Amino acid sequence: MGDLKRTPLYDLHVELGAKMVGFAGYDMPVQYPLGVMKEHLHCRGAAGLFDVSHMGQVALRAGSYEAAAKAFETLVPQDVMGLGAGRQRYGFFTNDAGGIEDDLMFANRGDHLFVVVNAACKEADIARMTAALSPDVTVEEITGRALVALQGPAAETALARLNPAVVDMAFMDFTEVELDGVACWVSRSGYTGEDGYEISIPEADAEGICRKLLAMEEVEGIGLGARDSLRLEGGLCLYGNDIDASTSPIEAALTWAIQKVRRADGDRAGGFPGADRIFGDLAEGVARKRVGLAPTGRAPMRAGTQLFAAAEGGEPIGEVTSGGFGPTYEGPVAMGYVGTAQAAVGTEIFGEVRGKRLPVTVAKMPLVPANFKR
Amino acid sequence: MKYTEEHEWLRVEGDVVVVGITEHASEQLGDVVFVELPEAGTEVTKDEEVCVIESVKAASDILAPIDGEIVEVNEPLVDEPGKVNDDPMEGAWFFKIKPSDPSQMDDYMDENAYKEFIG
Repeated sequence: MGDLKRTPLYDLHVELGAKMVGFAGYDMPVQYPLGVMKEHLHCRGAAGLFDVSHMGQVALRAGSYEAAAKAFETLVPQDVMGLGAGRQRYGFFTNDAGGIEDDLMFANRGDHLFVVVNAACKEADIARMTAALSPDVTVEEITGRALVALQGPAAETALARLNPAVVDMAFMDFTEVELDGVACWVSRSGYTGEDGYEISIPEADAEGICRKLLAMEEVEGIGLGARDSLRLEGGLCLYGNDIDASTSPIEAALTWAIQKVRRADGDRAGGFPGADRIFGDLAEGVARKRVGLAPTGRAPMRAGTQLFAAAEGGEPIGEVTSGGFGPTYEGPVAMGYVGTAQAAVGTEIFGEVRGKRLPVTVAKMPLVPANFKR
Repeated sequence: MKYTEEHEWLRVEGDVVVVGITEHASEQLGDVVFVELPEAGTEVTKDEEVCVIESVKAASDILAPIDGEIVEVNEPLVDEPGKVNDDPMEGAWFFKIKPSDPSQMDDYMDENAYKEFIG
């Protein structure tokens, strides 16, 4: 544990009484004294502040946004060139087998491309980008900034006290905003299914801005525990659990994130790793699919739970990849992969928990409707 | 009241022993969201897994602390698992067991020893 890294907000977490755990090489708050359940409900009811400084922030520069975007399109199946200035989009790195190497957010910063990647993958991601894109593109990891997320229906009210300009931001807008006199990079986005913002702050100013937000009545600190249950209810993938190097985006139900211009009949079709496999999956269909799962009873079905078509006999048809209790859903929630034959919403299947097959219904994701600002 | 190293408390009531988990254990577990109880009438042996409780974090087993027969279970806990956090030492007992060898109770800690055990 001695070599865990600390974010610029470490001292604040400890002062707030957080329980700290190692996560992706960082000492992170898993929960505050409020506890996972109440933190989750507070975020959906008011606003929650999350430290996500462990994630990788990377700037890609190639003289112009267009040049950086064109280069980045060789690594991802998204429409990067068509993204407007001051806009952000969800994407993922693919591999030659059409699997997902990491999922990410990227933004058009006018003269360069800004990318946020998962903590556990950031070294590999930066190495991948550097190897594939340099020297034409400069890949710079931005290490001197904290990253926080303010999420929930009261996030707008809270952040507007530091700068009313954030009210006018639309979902997935990305812009520089002065908060408390500090130039911050703010996007209207998050990973909870709620409205909210993700805010990159120079590390020396991060604690001060977070203290101001936490002093507001609407805002509570939220740890990784509730972050997980919030994203699970929101039907959002956790890299390493729900998607990985062996899952294609089509199996993962992420087809929506591959814009038409990059598909087989698009103007800039292919040109990313694994395009053949992904286009094959799109044309011919897939054998398994990521679905939402709503257990009928009260027993949570956690990651690794084997899924079956019938109450007795037969081979597993799939597996739960994330599962637990959904405080807003008020019951167990899960997601996982099932055979295409069982992937229709409403299909009743069974999950084996402690040797017993318990009923679980394939459910429309997200299990808790999203509350984005459109 | 006696305590086990598995953080169960055992309270003798007449000829039965009431079993629950300690406040310390409920705090460590976090919010409890699921409780699976044994059936009344089940014969159990010491250290057998008889209950499952799941918190927002993980599943844990409750072991039978002694040999005997489960004579009553706290059925309302199934619908209100959060009581394990709100009232672990009284209202959120799990089951009552009729010991077949009451001397097994002698193995367990008293309150002072348990307090020392959890530091």
